[in-house]
Amino acid sequence: MMRSRLHVPRPPARPGEKPDFSYVAVSPAGAAARPDPNAPLSETEFLSKEMVRVLDDNHRAVGPWNPHLAASDLELGLRHMVLTRAFDDRMHRAQRSGKITFYMKSTGEEAVSIAANMALKPSDMMFPAYRNQGLQIARGRKIVDLMCQLLSNTKDMCKGRQLPVMYHSVEGNLFSISGNLATQFPQAVGWAMAAAIKGEDHVCATWLGDGSTAEADFHYALLFAQIYKAPVILNVINNQWAISTFQTFAGGEGRSFASRGPGYGMPGIRVDGNDFLAVYAVTQWAAERARTGAGPTLIELVTYRAAPHSTSDDPSRYRPKDEEKSWPLGDPVERLKGHLRALGEWSDEREKTMLKECEELVNQAWKEAVTYGTLTDGPQLDPETMFQDVFKEQTPALARQRMQLAQELKERAQK
Amino acid sequence: MTQMNMIQALNSAMDVMMARDPGVVLMGEDVGYFGGVFRATEGLQRKYGEHRVLDSPIAEGGIVATAIGMAINGLRPVAEIQFADYIYPAYDQIVSELARIRYRSGGDFCAPVTIRTPCGGGIRGGQTHSQSPEALFAHVAGLKVVIPSNPYDAKGLLIASIEEDDPVIFLEPKRLYNGPFDGDPNKPAVGWNSHPRGDVPEGHYRVELGVAEIARPGTKLTIISYGTMVHVCLAAAEKAGVDAEVIDLRSIVPLDVETIANSVKKTGRCIVVHEATRFAGFGAEISSTIQEECFWHLEAPVLRVAGWDTPYPHAFEWEYFPVQARVVAAIKATMEAS
Repeated sequence: MMRSRLHVPRPPARPGEKPDFSYVAVSPAGAAARPDPNAPLSETEFLSKEMVRVLDDNHRAVGPWNPHLAASDLELGLRHMVLTRAFDDRMHRAQRSGKITFYMKSTGEEAVSIAANMALKPSDMMFPAYRNQGLQIARGRKIVDLMCQLLSNTKDMCKGRQLPVMYHSVEGNLFSISGNLATQFPQAVGWAMAAAIKGEDHVCATWLGDGSTAEADFHYALLFAQIYKAPVILNVINNQWAISTFQTFAGGEGRSFASRGPGYGMPGIRVDGNDFLAVYAVTQWAAERARTGAGPTLIELVTYRAAPHSTSDDPSRYRPKDEEKSWPLGDPVERLKGHLRALGEWSDEREKTMLKECEELVNQAWKEAVTYGTLTDGPQLDPETMFQDVFKEQTPALARQRMQLAQELKERAQK
Repeated sequence: MTQMNMIQALNSAMDVMMARDPGVVLMGEDVGYFGGVFRATEGLQRKYGEHRVLDSPIAEGGIVATAIGMAINGLRPVAEIQFADYIYPAYDQIVSELARIRYRSGGDFCAPVTIRTPCGGGIRGGQTHSQSPEALFAHVAGLKVVIPSNPYDAKGLLIASIEEDDPVIFLEPKRLYNGPFDGDPNKPAVGWNSHPRGDVPEGHYRVELGVAEIARPGTKLTIISYGTMVHVCLAAAEKAGVDAEVIDLRSIVPLDVETIANSVKKTGRCIVVHEATRFAGFGAEISSTIQEECFWHLEAPVLRVAGWDTPYPHAFEWEYFPVQARVVAAIKATMEAS
């Protein structure tokens, strides 16, 4: 008798086992064709199966997706990535020494944010996820402002209300990050629909992780985006791991996340997320589609979460140590450096200078940020601000609670 | 008896039930190989296999919906939602489906699902890792709602919940996982090993739903609470120097009205304490029940002590959290009222 039996996905390697990334289908650089951004779905469907790659093993930019960026732009992108990494390392240490309560690094996946930003206009809107700090940095948010948010101090743009890393910037067109997963995805579609309703040519871009595609919000986003052909770029950062949950538990087994796009009627592009040029190129392609009224694009950025999920996580419990060293798509920072070197636009000297500048910038910013207070020292936010912004106008009931707290704090201080 | 913290007690409850009943299955994000982000399911997948301890996609609505389907097909699923703050994608499945399947089918179908989820603040979790949403579930006809305050109760209540033929929302105050917490963040953390309720039997036992416990007997004032706040209330009663009776509700649905009414009739004074926001919080239900049951015995208005009516702010953990001082002030106000 035949019996049904559940299939329970497993990652290819667990702690103590040899890393195995043979499941990652990698196309040769330059191999994937570049259809016209306005081509019908039947002519773009192959992009959800192949992998758009531009940088080859000799660090050359090859193929039809080569965006032919100027060396100065490449160097700027590299600088943003190096700065992001320096910022991440310093803030991780700050959490370890108890200065901030929580942190999430983006190590190994810097290109997905920074190259995408470069392909968009500053007037385009972004609904980031919590590991997109590269967007904040590439959009010129000051490091010290980001640190003030992490410290919940007197200059925190969230007024002490959010966990660290949940930044936002009105002037930077960066929407407030939510700790809940995938909620931003359909909101970004709504923003884009509004841009179209208002007759503007702004595009909206949003990001989530492979794990979050399991949430219903992801599917709402694709459905609404395609029905209304909203000018939106929907990015799935497939970094293989959602805390301990391997990407196969979100449906990545035997089928790419990009293939969800054609399922809903829109192009899905699978791209090497550690290839700065490829990420730039596909984002530019998707932005052109959006801006010319052709509708949404789903982009799957294949990368690897080299860092723990957060400072509360211990990946050695569920995946091999140093697994990232075997990752077939390498490191985005090293690969872009290699390309600049191949172009004759890079040297050890310039590398040393850039690293030093970024580290100094981060250290200086930290020194300044703590002068605005930490959770334990220095200037403190007034606790009564807790009652602001629940509503536009403080209700009488909240005003009473505010006064009650003020009295309570006075009594607590006397004891 | 073995010394257990609350995590170990919950783990033991699931272990006991999985060994006794092959229909008990666990599911949730990170619960299988990893053993849960708080380690509550550690070792259970190794012991019972990956078909009974299922790692799930990050889809709370999907977790609860499939748990309902499994329960309708005869299993007894225990679903973990990683933080109560993340339960809302499942709210439709819980409110419109889980709670009403027995009712709408004239009693022909039922879904004995237990949903475990860590709740509450005091861990610097900010607005997305600190919420206490018990009132959102207590308000829904057809759901039982349980909130333990110590390892012994946690295990006995979880076993009773899994054995229950109706759905149970099992809220776990995460601040209590590793030790009791009296609301003073400046004191060093203490473990459960020095607490009498850290003594937990290894085998099967039940703590019945709907039975409150008198955590501290007293004669002058009744303090009604549950979860983390029970420990804060005990400390506040000592600090206020009032012979207060502290009641730990343990489950808020069903509600042990008899224990509440007997106590308030004896003391004539009462405060209700919870971490959740005050407005339309569960304290309102208790307070209203007391005026219906004990009006002629009351010597002072029933006061509520709660979190403020704002989201839970990261920077102001200890200004938001109902610390001892807020409870003491209410005790004094109640004692002085005449």
